[in-house]
Amino acid sequence: MSPKIELRGVKKRFGNKVVLDGVDLVIEPKTSLVIIGGSGTGKSVTIKSVLGIIRPDEGTVLVDGEDITHINGSARDRVLKKFGMLFQGAALFDSLKVWENVAFGLIQGRGMARRQAKDIAIRKLAQVGLTPDVAELFPVELSGGMQKRVGLARAIAADPEIIFFDEPTTGLDPIMADVINDLIVSTVKDVGATALSITHDMASARKISDRIAMLYGGKIIWQGPTADIDRSGNPYVEQFIHGRAEGPIKMAVKA
Amino acid sequence: MNIFASIGRATLTVLAHIGGLASFTGRSVAAVFRPPMYGGLIGRQMMSIGYYSLPVVGLTALCIGAVLALQIYLGGNRYGAEAIVPQIVVLGITRELGPVIVGLMVAGRVGAAIAAEIGTMKVTEQIDALTTLATNPIKYLVVPRLVAAVIVLPLLTIVGDTIGVLGGYLVSVYNLGFTGGIYLKNTVDFATNQDIVSGLIKAAVFGFIVALLGCYNGFNSKGGAQGVGNATTNAVVSSSILILAADFVLTAILFHTA
Repeated sequence: MSPKIELRGVKKRFGNKVVLDGVDLVIEPKTSLVIIGGSGTGKSVTIKSVLGIIRPDEGTVLVDGEDITHINGSARDRVLKKFGMLFQGAALFDSLKVWENVAFGLIQGRGMARRQAKDIAIRKLAQVGLTPDVAELFPVELSGGMQKRVGLARAIAADPEIIFFDEPTTGLDPIMADVINDLIVSTVKDVGATALSITHDMASARKISDRIAMLYGGKIIWQGPTADIDRSGNPYVEQFIHGRAEGPIKMAVKA
Repeated sequence: MNIFASIGRATLTVLAHIGGLASFTGRSVAAVFRPPMYGGLIGRQMMSIGYYSLPVVGLTALCIGAVLALQIYLGGNRYGAEAIVPQIVVLGITRELGPVIVGLMVAGRVGAAIAAEIGTMKVTEQIDALTTLATNPIKYLVVPRLVAAVIVLPLLTIVGDTIGVLGGYLVSVYNLGFTGGIYLKNTVDFATNQDIVSGLIKAAVFGFIVALLGCYNGFNSKGGAQGVGNATTNAVVSSSILILAADFVLTAILFHTA
């Protein structure tokens, strides 16, 4: 069985700045991989390369063994239907009601009837702990934590095979962050999806992952089962998971 | 600071923008002819671009028509040709001022709004979200605005033309001593279909420019509130300049004078 997602030697640079310098990564079906790494190390670029929002300069991206690095048009639409994504700032459409946000992929992307899509949206909202009356509100009327939940409901609305989580707990209080972590674990399991997340929140990473990979200097410098993270023997990983200012990773003060 | 380096950098930036805009235009126009067609969205955009622009178009057209009548009267008066006011007003409005005023007003009102809305969607990752929901952002955001603007601007221009001529009529009849019936008869007799149709063709092109540059600048905005602000300014400035440049080119083409 081929891996669900595979990155081979993916490179990306913006101007003179090399962001990804040969990323190799394999994600097996129905597992949850978390990429950890400091700000600006290319975690988001990695996810966006898989989505095709950013095209890599070199290397290949495979989904279900299919090379999707350069596909376009209807072939790309077909692959995109396998994905769902929770964005860092939730990225809800503020001109649409909550339920219309959740049902968006069903109505616009898959041509489902509105009534049927609304039923599904309300069911998905219940799954993330939101009541049907929230469905009629607009995103601006919700707190940050509730917006994240709506974003999660939207990501899972079409029962995707692969779900991406971009900094799912950033900007939330510790309790709400844990609620979101629990929801991620349970929804990924319910849907039976493969998950790829990026975060720098170690508590979240430990909770939602089966495997962890660390991105540094545009490369994956360590990866292994979540249980092994505390005995990685890698000084970079050690420094990162314990959040020490001193160590091999030097924070660039200037960008 | 090396002067050649900065000239080179500026040149490359300009070329990158031209290339980016050309590729964006190609993808947008291609998307117009690919299903699905978002009819409801086109309708909503026609309302916001067209219907809500009526007050500003009406007011500016009325003023321009009135001023035009006044100036032609004063200028014509120098050699006893003040009777030509209705003919010049209708010619100037239908061929030139109607479509250009509508284009510029819509560039300021709608182009800015499009750039701000799409720019905000860009910086808050809503456009990326569209992609992950199996919806093509160009198809969903650009095409409805493009189609709506191309349909609606000629309609707005018909309204603007009518109100502009009315502005000239009001000043001429109530201020300059023209007889209403004769003024209108001279207007209708003088204006040809070509005068009016050429203005409407221009308006359609201007609509395309405004919607396209609003969307392009929105899609390319970077980095938060300031980036969105820049996108909005760029959308208005670039579409206004392009409207005036296109106006010259279109006039030359439509009337075979160049």
